[in-house]
Amino acid sequence: MQLHYLFRRLGQFLVVLWGAATLNFLLPRLAPGNPVRERLTNAMAQGGLLQEGIEDMVRAYNREFGLDQPLYVQYLSYLGHAFRLDFGYSIAQYPRRVAPMIWEALPWTIALLVSATLIAFALGTLLGALMAWPRAPRWIKWLAGPSIAVSSIPYFLLGLVLVYLLGVVFPIFPLSGGYDVGTMPGLTPRFILDALRHSLLPALSLVVVATGAWALHMRGMMVTTEGEDYTTYAEAKGLTDRRIFYHYALRNAILPQVTALALSLGHVVSGAVIVEKIFGYPGVGSLLFQAISGLDYFLIYGIVFMTVLSITFATIAIDLVYPLLDPRIAYRRT
Amino acid sequence: MASTQLAAPVQPVDEFVAARDRTRAGSVLAYCRRNPQLVAGLAIVGLLLGIGLVGPLFVDVREAQPTSVMIDQPPSQEYPLGSDDQGRNLLAAMVVGIPLTLRVGFVAGSFGLGIGVVLGLLAGYRGGWIDAVIRMVVDTLMTVPALLVLIMIAASIKGFISVWIMGLIIASLAWMNPTRIVRSQVLTLRERAYVQVARLSGMSDLEIIVRELLPNMLPYLAAAFVGAVSSAVLASIGLEVLGLGPQNDPTLGMTIYWANNFNAILRGMWWWWGPPILVVVLLFVGLFLTSAGLDEIANPRKRKQA
Repeated sequence: MQLHYLFRRLGQFLVVLWGAATLNFLLPRLAPGNPVRERLTNAMAQGGLLQEGIEDMVRAYNREFGLDQPLYVQYLSYLGHAFRLDFGYSIAQYPRRVAPMIWEALPWTIALLVSATLIAFALGTLLGALMAWPRAPRWIKWLAGPSIAVSSIPYFLLGLVLVYLLGVVFPIFPLSGGYDVGTMPGLTPRFILDALRHSLLPALSLVVVATGAWALHMRGMMVTTEGEDYTTYAEAKGLTDRRIFYHYALRNAILPQVTALALSLGHVVSGAVIVEKIFGYPGVGSLLFQAISGLDYFLIYGIVFMTVLSITFATIAIDLVYPLLDPRIAYRRT
Repeated sequence: MASTQLAAPVQPVDEFVAARDRTRAGSVLAYCRRNPQLVAGLAIVGLLLGIGLVGPLFVDVREAQPTSVMIDQPPSQEYPLGSDDQGRNLLAAMVVGIPLTLRVGFVAGSFGLGIGVVLGLLAGYRGGWIDAVIRMVVDTLMTVPALLVLIMIAASIKGFISVWIMGLIIASLAWMNPTRIVRSQVLTLRERAYVQVARLSGMSDLEIIVRELLPNMLPYLAAAFVGAVSSAVLASIGLEVLGLGPQNDPTLGMTIYWANNFNAILRGMWWWWGPPILVVVLLFVGLFLTSAGLDEIANPRKRKQA
């Protein structure tokens, strides 16, 4: 039974990846006027110093991906490359390949988003649980309104407002970038402090919005568990409030939150594209934005593929771990 | 699910109908008092729609195009929201932009809901392998990061994007949630006694779906629609802020994009990016309240807790 389930999930995983790769392959060929070819021709026409490089690249592409071969041969060779995470060359910065560019940006994004997501998750879950708890201090209930308002703001718009308030009007934080121009990237305390200082503002805009959303979900779940018979029974037994709160209400309400957490961690790779762009943060999001404005198709497709990969992976991981968190769930689901 | 049973087309006795009709206007008012979220949400969305309808009577909408007024003017008597680097009257840009952004949302939301209803009915009512296939496709697509796929599509057809195309692109990934909601509703409604009575009395499947199932799902459909509109607007603004929107239309997201593109934040031109952000936030709060209000109609069990 378990094995069967595992295989089914792995099959789904492969289907998603195959779908993403196929979409990557088909889109430029279906779009009006094959944008990739057009982009290459344009780059060649602009010529100048780059001309030779671009011609090299077109030749390299023909060799590697067989662009002069029939479509199905191209498709198969494309799939082969995609599954080895090889996305070819960057159009805008020719001799560089796409994969190392992504690897370089990834640590920045992961550091920013993982910490922002975890902080928001912890804060929001606790806040939401208290909002629904009858014996919580009264001021916490007043936070429900603001958290609705805050969670409905797209986080990148809050980012713009924060840049203006804390970067321009009261210049407390640096406006953009991941570190000062003078600092050498490396694992020195100075660099780490500097990187932290630069990431505070983007992190703040992510945390504030996400906290509101986590709190709202948690409040909804808490209301349900508080109405359950086992909570009433725990109260009747005379357990302490603290014990009922943590071990009865919160423990049972937290499960869907954990699922959502795993999913949002899967989204980390795509980064907060827009926030990174606004803050000029050197992560995958900024890279993606650069790729979009430079119509660097191979870079775009590479980043999208990596993200789909990490999200489907997170989904599978949570599915397999879930029975450990919640013993009521076995793999016997259909 | 008390409300769905009340709403079922069981023939009530005549006095009951008469009594209900006499107090209908009054009970709508009374219900509004019990469900202030819905009222507030609809009022906010209505207000924004109203700006788009009434605004053109007071503002010359041609000034929403570039090079129509003096550039970089701070708010003044003549231009209440100032103007931007390319000489748009920003008040005019807002009056034109709000309905455009709403239109993207409504187009995507309607198509998403439409596809969702058809697939959800098929899956829930027919069951069998159709259900299995639809469920697998939905489950698979739900794990795909929608914004990224949209970015990919939009980047591939960058020069050709209009407000309508934008709505359709977003709709292509907006139907999964409605499909799920409709399917699960059909599954519970299908076994209800009144549906079985309808089936025994010889109604065709289509008649059962149109006359028995759909009317009972209305609150759910409305909530699904609002949810779809809200996420469509969010997606559209995300795409636009990245520069992947309709280049010649001053939608809210495009105005924010241009402001960011011309460094309006560092230059302190708050009147350029402030109002569109404010309107976007207002719109999301309005949609959120509306869907919370509709949710209360659909799930009366929640009423006590609110």
